[in-house]
Amino acid sequence: MNILELANLKKYFATQKAVDDISFQIGEGGIFGLLGPNGAGKTTLLRMITGIFYPDSGEITLRGRKFDPLNDSIHIGYMPEERGLYKKMKIGEQALYLARLKGLSKQDAMASIKKWFEKLEMETWWNKKVEDLSKGMSQKLQFVTTVLHEPKLIILDEPFSGLDPVNANLIKDEIFGLAKNGSTVIFSTHRMEQVEEICDHIVLVNKGKKILDGTVQQVKQDFKENIYRLGAKVLPEQLMTHIFEVVKHHPDHLLLRLKDDTQPNELLKYFISQGVNIQSFNEVLPSLNDIFIKLVEGTAATRQFQQVQ
Amino acid sequence: MNKIGLIIGREYFTRVKKKSFLVTTILVPLVIIGFYAAIIAISIKGSDEKQKIAVIDEGNLFTNFNDSLQNKFSFRLIKNETEQSFTKKYKDQGFDGFLYVPPFEIDKPVGFVLHSKSSASLATTSAVEKIINKAVRDKRLQAQGLDPKAYEKIAADVDLVNTVDSKDGSKKSVAAVAYIVSFACGILIYMMMIVYGTQVMRGVTEEKTNRIAEVMVSSVKPFQLMVGKIIGIGAVGLTQFAIWIILMFMLQMAIPLIFPGIMEQVSQAGVASQQAGNSMAVTAIQGISSLPLAKIAFSFIFYFLGGYLTYASMFAAIGSVVSEDQQEAQQLVFPVLMPIILGFVIMTKAINDPNSSLAVFGSLFPLTSPIVMMGRITYDIPGWQLALSMLLLIGCFLFFTWLAAKIYRTGILMYGKKPSWKEMLKWAFARS
Repeated sequence: MNILELANLKKYFATQKAVDDISFQIGEGGIFGLLGPNGAGKTTLLRMITGIFYPDSGEITLRGRKFDPLNDSIHIGYMPEERGLYKKMKIGEQALYLARLKGLSKQDAMASIKKWFEKLEMETWWNKKVEDLSKGMSQKLQFVTTVLHEPKLIILDEPFSGLDPVNANLIKDEIFGLAKNGSTVIFSTHRMEQVEEICDHIVLVNKGKKILDGTVQQVKQDFKENIYRLGAKVLPEQLMTHIFEVVKHHPDHLLLRLKDDTQPNELLKYFISQGVNIQSFNEVLPSLNDIFIKLVEGTAATRQFQQVQ
Repeated sequence: MNKIGLIIGREYFTRVKKKSFLVTTILVPLVIIGFYAAIIAISIKGSDEKQKIAVIDEGNLFTNFNDSLQNKFSFRLIKNETEQSFTKKYKDQGFDGFLYVPPFEIDKPVGFVLHSKSSASLATTSAVEKIINKAVRDKRLQAQGLDPKAYEKIAADVDLVNTVDSKDGSKKSVAAVAYIVSFACGILIYMMMIVYGTQVMRGVTEEKTNRIAEVMVSSVKPFQLMVGKIIGIGAVGLTQFAIWIILMFMLQMAIPLIFPGIMEQVSQAGVASQQAGNSMAVTAIQGISSLPLAKIAFSFIFYFLGGYLTYASMFAAIGSVVSEDQQEAQQLVFPVLMPIILGFVIMTKAINDPNSSLAVFGSLFPLTSPIVMMGRITYDIPGWQLALSMLLLIGCFLFFTWLAAKIYRTGILMYGKKPSWKEMLKWAFARS
C-alpha cells in the first residue's frame, strides 16, 4: 500500500508557480528522496504534505484516506530546513511540549523522551536551555522532537546540514533504524552523495515540475551511457578501432564508450587480441550528481520571477 | 481545543515563572504604596512643627496675633530693625523667617516680603497671605467705620454638597476622588493594553525569527497558535491584577495598624476642618467607599479584556510580518498605537465632561472605548450606552481577530522583505 499519494498538486504564489502539477506515490517503509535545485519547490511541496499550506488544487492521500491536516499531524513528523526551538525554554520541557502538541499523553510523551534521550546520550540535557546548546546539539534535539511521537511518515528537510561527520552518521543510523521499523522517511536534499547512500526511491523536481521518478538503480540504468572502465596499460596505437571511443585516457586505466550495437565481450576480445594485459573491467554507471546536473543544466540556474495568471 | 490549552499553559507559565514578573508585580505597587504612606506620614507629622516667624511692621498693619493660625506659627513683632539689618540676624535669633511689612497705602497693599532660610512651602506662604489679607481687610473695615468683629458675624461661609441622584438611591459624590479613580482606571487600561500588546508582538516575532513557527504550524493551526498566545499573555495580565487587588486589600487592613489616627479622623471627617494635608487621606478613603466599586471592577476587567483582545490580535499580526529588524516593527506599530493614544486624549477630556458628545462617541467607538469608558465609569452612564459599547467592542474584537489571523497565517512563514500594507490587506481578504 502506498502511504502517500500526491495527485496533480498545484500551489501558485503571486510571482511563482512554486508547485505546478506534481503527482507521485510513496510506498510504505523505506527512504524516499525528494531532490531538486534551490528554489525548485521542494519546501512548498513538503509544507503541503505537512498541512502547513493548502494546495491550490490537487489531492493528497495519506494511508489511503484524504489527508486531514488537523487530525493527521500525529502521523507526521516534520523537521524543517530552518531549525527552530524556543531558546529560553528548558530542553526537557520543550520536548514534552512539542510531543504533547502532537497529541501524545503526558505519560507516553515522557516515556518516549526518556527512550530517545538515552539512545542519543542526551539524559544530562533535561534542565539545560536550548541557548546553551551548540548548533550540532540543537540539531540532534530537533531530530528527536521530530520523531518522538513515532510518526508513520517522517519528513526531513536537509537533516545533515551543519552536522559534523560523527553526528551525521549517528542521525543517519537512526534514520535507517526508523525505516527498518516500518516508518517511511521523506528526505529532501540537494546533496546527491547522501541520496545515493540512503535513498531507495527518488523524485527530482525542477521549476515546480517533476522531471524524474524511480528507484536509484532504475534511474542509473536509464541514464547510463555505455561507459566502461578498463584497468590496463594501453598504447595509443592499440586504440585505433571503431567499436568504441575513448572518453579519457589515464596511464593505468581507460574510460571507453561502447557503440550502441557493441557488446562488452567484443571489447574485451579486441583488447585480448591486441595482447593487452587486462587487470580490471567494469561498467561505470552515472552518479546521481551527473544525472542531476544533466537534467537541471540548460535551465536557468536561478528561477526567474514571472507573472502567474 | 486541547492543543490551545497546552499553548496557553506554556505562554502563561513561562512568563509567570520569570523573576521579572514577580518583581514588577509586587514591587511596583509596593513602591506606589510606599509613596502614599510617605505622603500620609509627612502630612500627619508636618503639623507638629511650629514655625517661628518674626514680623517687622513698618506699615503698622498688625495690632495683635491672636489668630486661629497661632497653633501652626508663632509670630513675634520686632522693633527697631530695618529689612536690611534684620536679614543678617534672624537666623541667629532662632527664627525660621521674617515678614517685612513696608509702609503702604490702604488702597494699594503691595511690597510685602517673606524672608526665609529655605524656600517657604506653599502652605506657609498661603497661611501668611491669609493673615495679611485679614489684617488689611480689618484696616479697611475700620476705615469705613465698621467693626471687624461685627463683620465676622455677618460674613457667610457655605459648604456646598453635590448629590448625584442615581437609581440606587442618592449618593454623595466626592468629585475629586471620582476624578482620580476614573483617571487611574483609564491610564491603567491604556498602559496594560500597550504593555501586553507589545508582549504579544514580541512573542510572535520571536517565534518567527527562531524559526519555531514552522515546527509549531505542522502540529497546530496558525490560528490556535495565535489565540493561545494571546489568551496566555492576557491571563498573565489578569494574574497581575489579581495580585494587585489582593495587595490593595491587605493594605486597607494594614493602614489602621500603621496609622492608628486615620480611622478616627475618617469618622470625624464631617466635623473636621477642611485644612490641606492630613484631611486628604480622609477624603480619599471616604470618597472611594462612596463609589460603585463592583461596577467599576467589572467594567475594568471587561474593558481590559475587550481592549486587550482587540489590539493583541493586531499586534500579533504585526509581529508576524516583521523579521529581525526592530525598526520595521516600530513603523508598523505606529498606526495601531494611534487609536490607543487618541483614546487616551479623549479620556482626559471625558473625565472633565463625561456627557459631552465627544466622550459619548469615544466610549462607544470600539477602538477607543476601553480607555474612554473607564474615564467615565465613576459617573452615572446610561445603561444603553454601556450595553452598546460592550456589544460593539465584542464585535470589533471578533472582526479584528479574524482579520489578523489571516495576516498572521501568511506572515509567520514569510521571510525576507517586509510586506507592504497593500500586500497585507491582500492576505487578509484572500480566500483560504
